[in-house]
Amino acid sequence: MLNNQEILQTIHMISEQNLDIRTITMHLSLFECISDNAEVTANNVYKKLMEKASNLPQVAEDIHNKYGIGIANKRLSVSPISLIGASSGGYIQIAEAMDRAAKEIGIDFIGGYTALIQKGMTKQEKEFLYTIPKVLSITDRVCASVNVGSSKCGINMDAIKIMGEIVKKTAYLTKDNGCIGCAKLVVFCNAVDDNPFMAGSFNGVSQGDCVINVGVSGPGVVKNAIEQIKGEDCSVLAQTIMNTTFKITRAAELVGKEASKMLNGEFGIIDLSLAPTPIHNDSVGEVLEAMGLSCVGTHGTTACLAMLNDAVKKGGTMASSHIGGLSGAFIPVSEDIGIINAVRTGHISLDKLEAMTSVCSVGLDMIAIPGSTTATTISAMIADEAAIGMINNKTTAVRVIPVYGKEEGEVNFGGLLGFAPIMPVNKGNAYEFINRGGKIPAPIHSFKN
Amino acid sequence: MKAIISVIGVDKVGIIAKVSNALYEMGINIEDISQTIMQDRVFTMTMMIGDTDDTSMKTLNEKMQSIAKEMNVDIRLQQEDIFLSMHRI
Repeated sequence: MLNNQEILQTIHMISEQNLDIRTITMHLSLFECISDNAEVTANNVYKKLMEKASNLPQVAEDIHNKYGIGIANKRLSVSPISLIGASSGGYIQIAEAMDRAAKEIGIDFIGGYTALIQKGMTKQEKEFLYTIPKVLSITDRVCASVNVGSSKCGINMDAIKIMGEIVKKTAYLTKDNGCIGCAKLVVFCNAVDDNPFMAGSFNGVSQGDCVINVGVSGPGVVKNAIEQIKGEDCSVLAQTIMNTTFKITRAAELVGKEASKMLNGEFGIIDLSLAPTPIHNDSVGEVLEAMGLSCVGTHGTTACLAMLNDAVKKGGTMASSHIGGLSGAFIPVSEDIGIINAVRTGHISLDKLEAMTSVCSVGLDMIAIPGSTTATTISAMIADEAAIGMINNKTTAVRVIPVYGKEEGEVNFGGLLGFAPIMPVNKGNAYEFINRGGKIPAPIHSFKN
Repeated sequence: MKAIISVIGVDKVGIIAKVSNALYEMGINIEDISQTIMQDRVFTMTMMIGDTDDTSMKTLNEKMQSIAKEMNVDIRLQQEDIFLSMHRI
């Protein structure tokens, strides 16, 4: 029998500490939609999305009514469009069909405008890359991602050189809208097939036809738990984080199983990620400060983040055998009020953020940089992050926004994407290095020092 | 499927009576009830109720929200599973 205290703890987590299911993401394979005609392919894609996902918003609402836990986002994620459109070349038509379906169904983002080119790229994949800026400027809900490196394959520097230009062009084409296109474009190393979080979600080629992946968050819950054990040693701290994330994961598993049944899909994974939103008590920066830092970004931040990230993963894996995706702590600058404040007060720099990405999920995320930043500098930032991911066998990514025509100040992306102070970049350049192109060979997997 | 009703708010006469009466009218059994009054007269009550399907949950929730508005308290109706998943292995 449940006791009063347990019931009230769950209620407080939901009502006061912002515990929610951050996303139910339906991952769909589109391989059956391929044709050598662009219009036919786009039409097939639209039909499949409408057929499989039309009731996604209703299912999310039903689950909310049943369990009283909010479902913040309903999302779709599809097979990499660089493959689906290769035969017809109709990448843009497919993206438009995705955008139309997303709007009609009532979901906020659809991921999968993706290319996986860590080892090399075909002529078609290269053409695909150059469609990204236009697609992100003419659609509202389509998200793009490109995987440019992996621990097994090394880093594709030719692709990284192009991606620096693509990020700049995307910013330019969406300049009248806060360069929002760049907030929907992620460049990965070691991208995962089953990540439900945007903008980097796609349905990996190894996945099934219709898989339901659930993303759960809860920085506020973890912060609250840490605040209860002020002064205790780090072992107690790690244990407390594990215990808390265990409970969060169990709630997500219930929702994932129920959603899969209702949507007639296969239950894939739970991505247990501390994913912030730009409000107080929903911030990873504030969690790090609760661990004992005067301000996120100061010395000790990397150590706190490493422990937090690891404890989150351990709590999750103990609670469910369905843990997958990225699972850890995200540090998207514009989406985290604690980190935004640290940038404003000068306590955190791009260099410190880069160090932090070596121990947590993802990478340089949602960072506004001066509009004058060159394409080769952006490529070099991507190369640095890819190198961290490749050597450390982890996912890393870059989602930076060179704010066209602005060198300082703040930019507002709206909603959950938040707002970001423009951060200065290093004044040197990597022009010659980036223009070398070629590949960084895969690293040795022994003699780790 | 069993469900949990929780009420949180400032204590006043008749909260439990109103909730119980709504359940009685729908023929739903109360299996367990627990209440505390904390400092500042904050009243918390949790109640486990008998079998409810999705349709009766919807009707019952509408009634509960109407009582919540009238009594100026928060009332939640949630399937028991969400609590069991978080607090029981």
